[in-house]
Amino acid sequence: MRKTTLFLSGVAMAATAVGLAIAPAQAEDMVFVSWGGAYQSAQHEAYVKPFGKETGINVIEEEYSGEVAKIKAMVEAGDVTWDVVDVDFNTAVSGCDDGIFEELDYSKIGQDPERFVPNGALDCAVGTIVYSTVYAYDGDVITENPPTAIADLYDLATWPGKRALQKSAFVNMEWALLADGVSMDEVYGMLETEEGIARAFAKLDTIKDQVVWWEAGAQPPQLLSDGEVVMASGWNGRFFDAAKNEGKNFVIVWDAQGFDFDYFAIPKGTPRLETAYKFLAYASDPEIMATQSQYISYGPVHQDAIQYIDPAILKDLPTAPENSANVLYVDSFWWADHREDLEKRFAAWLAQ
Amino acid sequence: MVSVAATDNVMRAADGTPLKIKLRQSERLRQLKAVGLVAPLFLFIMLSFVVPIANMLFYSVNNPELVHTLARTAEALQEWDGENLPDEQVFEALALDIKQSRAEKTIGLIAKRLNYEIPAIRSKIMSTARSLDDFDEGPWKDLLIELEPGTWGDVTTWAVLERATKPYTDFYFLGALDRKRDANNDIVRVPDNQAIFGKVYLRTFYISTIVTLLTLFLGFPVAYLLASLPTRYANLLMILVLLPFWTSLLVRTTAWVVLLQSEGVLNTAMMYLGLIDERIQLIYNRFGTIIAMVHIQLPFTLLPIYSVMKTIPSSHVRAARSLGAGPFYAFWRVYFPQTIPGIAAGCLLTFILCLGYYITPALVGGPSDQMVSYFVAFYTNQELNWGMAGALGVILLVITFAIFVLYNKLVGIDRMKLG
Repeated sequence: MRKTTLFLSGVAMAATAVGLAIAPAQAEDMVFVSWGGAYQSAQHEAYVKPFGKETGINVIEEEYSGEVAKIKAMVEAGDVTWDVVDVDFNTAVSGCDDGIFEELDYSKIGQDPERFVPNGALDCAVGTIVYSTVYAYDGDVITENPPTAIADLYDLATWPGKRALQKSAFVNMEWALLADGVSMDEVYGMLETEEGIARAFAKLDTIKDQVVWWEAGAQPPQLLSDGEVVMASGWNGRFFDAAKNEGKNFVIVWDAQGFDFDYFAIPKGTPRLETAYKFLAYASDPEIMATQSQYISYGPVHQDAIQYIDPAILKDLPTAPENSANVLYVDSFWWADHREDLEKRFAAWLAQ
Repeated sequence: MVSVAATDNVMRAADGTPLKIKLRQSERLRQLKAVGLVAPLFLFIMLSFVVPIANMLFYSVNNPELVHTLARTAEALQEWDGENLPDEQVFEALALDIKQSRAEKTIGLIAKRLNYEIPAIRSKIMSTARSLDDFDEGPWKDLLIELEPGTWGDVTTWAVLERATKPYTDFYFLGALDRKRDANNDIVRVPDNQAIFGKVYLRTFYISTIVTLLTLFLGFPVAYLLASLPTRYANLLMILVLLPFWTSLLVRTTAWVVLLQSEGVLNTAMMYLGLIDERIQLIYNRFGTIIAMVHIQLPFTLLPIYSVMKTIPSSHVRAARSLGAGPFYAFWRVYFPQTIPGIAAGCLLTFILCLGYYITPALVGGPSDQMVSYFVAFYTNQELNWGMAGALGVILLVITFAIFVLYNKLVGIDRMKLG
């Protein structure tokens, strides 16, 4: 048994060595953390590169997958090495509750919060993009009678085959009710009742054995191009990127698109607070913010940025009129109330 | 008296010090040396192993969120009968606490902690806090009830508040056991559509057991072959066994995705050969999980068995055969019993490592194949509910210890050999 302990401590030692190898940034540097993949490449081109050139500040980039725990651990240990983090709406709200993000001073960012789209400027996080959770199919696989509505995602008779959905209650619960005929403005109210939750799960039950569950944003385009599924839910930019850069014929179904935001937040207690503010000020400038849409099809959160966007790109954005006939505005304040409960039920339902 | 005792019957060294003390001195020096040699490893294990586990234990019962932020309320609630709505004094305490924590920006923490126990109370607390900005004086009871009747007018809320303002809590442990406290403070089972962890623990042990048995079943013959072949063939085979061991776990797991997915190598090959008419689901289910885990764990079970087999002289079986035992009888009665220490060690190693599997089930398993570690990671990373993560971890640790003790009773740790 002692050897087992030795083995385990060896593993722990290796882990510590890896931890030590990640040195904190120096004073003139700052660390920017985002979600990797096509999204972070776009941010690199739109913000990180020109910001570095203009200010001489060396921006070190890191990737994460939304593990807020790392930020919480840094803040609690008083050793914050991340300066600006790209967070989703849920994290922006709950992280502010937890006190792990700096409360933002919008005068330092130099923008009027009123000029952002509703919920685009929060207490602890300033919006950067609007994105949508949508579902897509491969136009080379489904060539005739394409799906057009959210109910079609659930229609196994007309479109047989597997579906890829995010392994989370988030958006899936809303979509299930919408596909079941609930009207858009009743969805969240209904999900507060036992009957509503049961109805959503009953709808999900109808496709449960045909679902592949994904967790990372890069998975759905991959599952689609592998032919593993015929329809996949995912973030619109990821499908757009696969279509644009890999020549895939992915078609996005915009009906009931889950309209959502991503934000920049500053972990509380970073020694490079002023540098972080400089970055936020740069990235929140409407003209700069608009450049990001050239690289990935996410829209700007600042209302003044829309005028700078190339009209050729506009049609791929979640905000385009032809895409937003029927929009599900994801209510993350509602989710902050119900996530703990619903995610647990969702996990219990999955395991049944 | 003392001097007499000192001169009488005491053996002394040459310099006059009693031999007993001399002996103790040299013993102490030896002990110090030994401690010095062990100290770095001991310290390391303390820091990297014992302290984090103790920390995890602490997180699972620690309940610090409301102790200071709702201090007035907690004190006022001590007088409460627990049956009717509390009186004005308690409401006043709560109103003052909420106003103060809104000013200190800790209101979100209060709302989040209470939301664990009462879904959707978060927004009620936030809106109460905002509304209270307009009021500086009571009476508070009617005001609070008017603001959020469903929350502050409900006795259940106050029962939760009373429990949640204590410095320690059993809330997380009860949650990890699919239990909770009801309005009367009795422990009850949560409804079936929320009960999840009991099943997850059973599943964790079930999968670990299956994987351990399969690695034994597959590994034992290979170990036997390795131990009985001439060295130069054995070494070559050994490299084949160890080769996957040198590859990253993540790479090996992803390789299984490539092989097993429905458009993958295996399915395509079987379709081509006409063995199957329709692509079959080999991944994102229990089958894929167990295959990938067996592959990763095989060397852990095999190597201890192999090294024990190497120490068994071949003359034992030959002697048994020459005394008239058949080949199976000689193997079963003479050879096999001597391999048991290796089997015991290998199986225990594999079983315990299996209990902690996270990334493999996450990548090649379906939603009903996730083990306890998945939920520990979920609560740590996604929900930032470290109390829940701690409780789940502690329960896994306790059950593992219990199994270890049982195993010790059945097999005996002193009989185990890693080589």
